[in-house]
Amino acid sequence: MWDWGYANSILPKLLEVIPTTLASAILGFILACLLGLPIALARRSSKKWIAWPVAAFSEFIRSTPLLIQLFVLVFVFPQSFNITLSPFLAGVIGLGLHYSTYLSEVYRSGIDSVPRGQWEASIALNFNKLRTWLRIVLPQSIPPTIPVMGNYLIVMFKETPTLSAITVVELLMTAKVIGSASFKYVEAFTLVGIIFLVLSYPSSLLVRALERRMKRNERRGIA
Amino acid sequence: MSQNIQTFTSDEPIVRYKNITKSFGEHTVLKELDLDILPGEKVALIGPSGSGKTTIARLLMTLESPTSGTIEVDGEMLWHMHKRGRLISANEKHLHRVRSKIGMVFQHFNLFPHMTILRNVTEALIHVLKIPKAEANHRALEILERVGLRDHTNHYPSQLSGGQKQRVAIARALVMQPRIMLFDEVTSALDPELVGEVLDVIKAIASEGDMTMILITHEMDFARDVADRIIFTDGGVIVEQGTPAELFENPKSARLQSFLSRFMKGQPDRSADDRVAAGTE
Ligand SMILES: Nc1ncnc2c1ncn2[C@@H]1O[C@H](COP(=O)(O)OP(=O)(O)O)[C@@H](O)[C@H]1O
Ligand SMILES: [Mg+2]
Repeated sequence: MWDWGYANSILPKLLEVIPTTLASAILGFILACLLGLPIALARRSSKKWIAWPVAAFSEFIRSTPLLIQLFVLVFVFPQSFNITLSPFLAGVIGLGLHYSTYLSEVYRSGIDSVPRGQWEASIALNFNKLRTWLRIVLPQSIPPTIPVMGNYLIVMFKETPTLSAITVVELLMTAKVIGSASFKYVEAFTLVGIIFLVLSYPSSLLVRALERRMKRNERRGIA
Repeated sequence: MSQNIQTFTSDEPIVRYKNITKSFGEHTVLKELDLDILPGEKVALIGPSGSGKTTIARLLMTLESPTSGTIEVDGEMLWHMHKRGRLISANEKHLHRVRSKIGMVFQHFNLFPHMTILRNVTEALIHVLKIPKAEANHRALEILERVGLRDHTNHYPSQLSGGQKQRVAIARALVMQPRIMLFDEVTSALDPELVGEVLDVIKAIASEGDMTMILITHEMDFARDVADRIIFTDGGVIVEQGTPAELFENPKSARLQSFLSRFMKGQPDRSADDRVAAGTE
């Protein structure tokens, strides 16, 4: 059933789209990191008129499928707002926005893990709100979240096949095109699976190593 | 109640609690408290755990706001301000200004774990008082020298013993040159053998004079040594106050007598706060 020669012949075509696939995941991740923090901060705000709408928006994004959000970006935006995005850009924005709502929860848990005494010492030393956030709270709350963030990057990478639905030429899409041209699906899809494995697994080992190292540093007190 | 201190009566008080009540929900923790503290005075607050000592300090440090009543610091309202002849709640700017006269050292140190000792001490100098970095470092080193930690400037808090951490916390508060310093059971979280080094540092600061100090403590010998006045609180009110000699030699109220007799048996209650937190008190 398995044709080595054929598998070899299609491999370069698949490897060719790895950069696009990785780029969509990484750019989406960066966007999610950038959006996640203000969402987390807004949701903690004591001003209801800020906290409430952001919470509603964030819960809405999180509880609806990514695919629908992608469709809204590529089909509704051009019609309703006259904004046309390339499939790749729409994919990055969709992924980034969707996962920003998850990352905001990660930020939140990091912020909540800062002991109350740190806030109180900041008041006693008369730091203003902004300084307290920038110099005391965030520097302590973000480093512990890094391993979890890393895991989300891997999750987002594995989510990239969803982008094929809006015609982003990533791995799954390419495999499908190759497969339907030759009616040999096994090789193409198997190779895609292997590529995901080869890229994801070492990354998750890396994340785990990072986590261990941070635990060690924490014990030494220089986390 | 607070008028019976002879040595300081010529001055205006630097801190004045006026009819302060503080409740957490239904639970009233301080009841119509009146308390004047004079400039340079060293006041020790003693009393059973849960009697409201920490709350008295936290109200002054603006970590809690009073349910009713006013607090004045150096002739100025802390929690209130005047606007077009009316008394309104203080805004952040007002709090910021009045608070600059007050410093606090906490039971659990609350050092910044991600900063070196030096940066713990310089951070507020540079970013609150806007003192140039070189000058800030110079002042910080001077203070660290005074608390005996000159050699640890590049360490992180987790690399220090509890006693050293607390001395850094004292240096960090001291370097801001507050007129009033609050010490809330600063030795209660320490191993017994480390208590002495911290108390010695506080005694040295106290002997230098000018600073007004409010010391919450279970160390009765220390209170007797350092304080001009001892205040005994119980159940959210000041039960008795006076000079150390008056209170320790000749306690009038039954509550103070029984409190002292428990302590004189040598049982300072280190875990008092933890028990309160666990709700088993
Ligand atoms: N944030 C809070 N919420 C509810 N109750 C509190 C809070 N802080 C203090 N209390 C209660 O107020 C009382 C006085 O506490 P505290 O001022 O810490 O006393 P002390 O320092 O004398 O032990 C205690 O019964 C405590 O449980
Ligand atoms: Mg207390």
